[in-house]
Amino acid sequence: MALINVKTKEVQIKIVYYGPGRGGKTTNLEYINETYRNQIKTEMVSLKTQDDRTLFFDFLPFDVGQIKGFDITIQLYTVPGQVKYNATRRLVLRGVDGIVFVADVQKEQRKKNIDSLNQLYENLESYNLDLFNIPLVMQYNKIDLKKTPVPLLASNIMQKDLNSMLRVPAFEASALNGGNVIATLKKIISMTLASIQDQIF
Amino acid sequence: MFNQSQLDGIDHIIQANLIESGLDNVIFLDMAGNAIAKHDNGKTQLDSIAFAALAAGNFAAVDAMAKLVGETEFSLLFHKGEKSSIHFSKVTDDTLLIAMFNKDISLGLVRLKVAETIDGIKKILTENA
Repeated sequence: MALINVKTKEVQIKIVYYGPGRGGKTTNLEYINETYRNQIKTEMVSLKTQDDRTLFFDFLPFDVGQIKGFDITIQLYTVPGQVKYNATRRLVLRGVDGIVFVADVQKEQRKKNIDSLNQLYENLESYNLDLFNIPLVMQYNKIDLKKTPVPLLASNIMQKDLNSMLRVPAFEASALNGGNVIATLKKIISMTLASIQDQIF
Repeated sequence: MFNQSQLDGIDHIIQANLIESGLDNVIFLDMAGNAIAKHDNGKTQLDSIAFAALAAGNFAAVDAMAKLVGETEFSLLFHKGEKSSIHFSKVTDDTLLIAMFNKDISLGLVRLKVAETIDGIKKILTENA
């Protein structure tokens, strides 16, 4: 739940990038970190293994300016995608306000995407949160692989697998090249702000 | 959400009990990693936003480990460094207090002052709710 400090006039919002391992969650944050370097007061924090896999989370805070006199800080987190790290994934979700689900468009990742989304539903339930009620954006990542022989899932298949019931905004993206990374970010920020506006204003 | 009088009370008690006792930095934060109140002695430069996120993660991980060994919680954590040390304590189910101090202050004094501060914060949260 967003932290609203009436004394310092600050609002802190937590957005979590969730999805299967090696899907591009950290790459999303790295692109955002490069693009908005001037607005980011601190270094991106990454708790990772020796072989560069996320161990606990990545963390990137940045300011998005003022709304009605409140300074809004967005705190972006990723979860570790590897299956074995579900306990830590659940910890990172504590206090979440909005979620970007980063799915991998590679055909061989189809089951992992679905499993990860199902697990997200269960993990949110442990905090009495409902995936159907929380601000959520789908991102179908690695669209840049279209230029390679790697078999990919078409957008309509991704939508059918992951978004037929949720019906949330979805973007095809390339986190590596930055394609739609910012569009995804802007969408989740606007949805999350809209969802908490009753608490602030 | 905390109201103005709660935040004022928490600021006052942290400043009077901990910073004036010689502690370097104190952060009161929620378990999601958001800093609610930040105080320092003016001599340190700490990236408190990142620190709060890491501290909440650290505490959450240790809390999960406690449950794995059959404990309800490990309500206190302490990391000792050569020059500075960090003391973590749970205040309520949703909040934590982190105190950073240098080698000139004893752990015993910190624990005593932190315990008093936690009692004070709990009282503020109940009385001004």
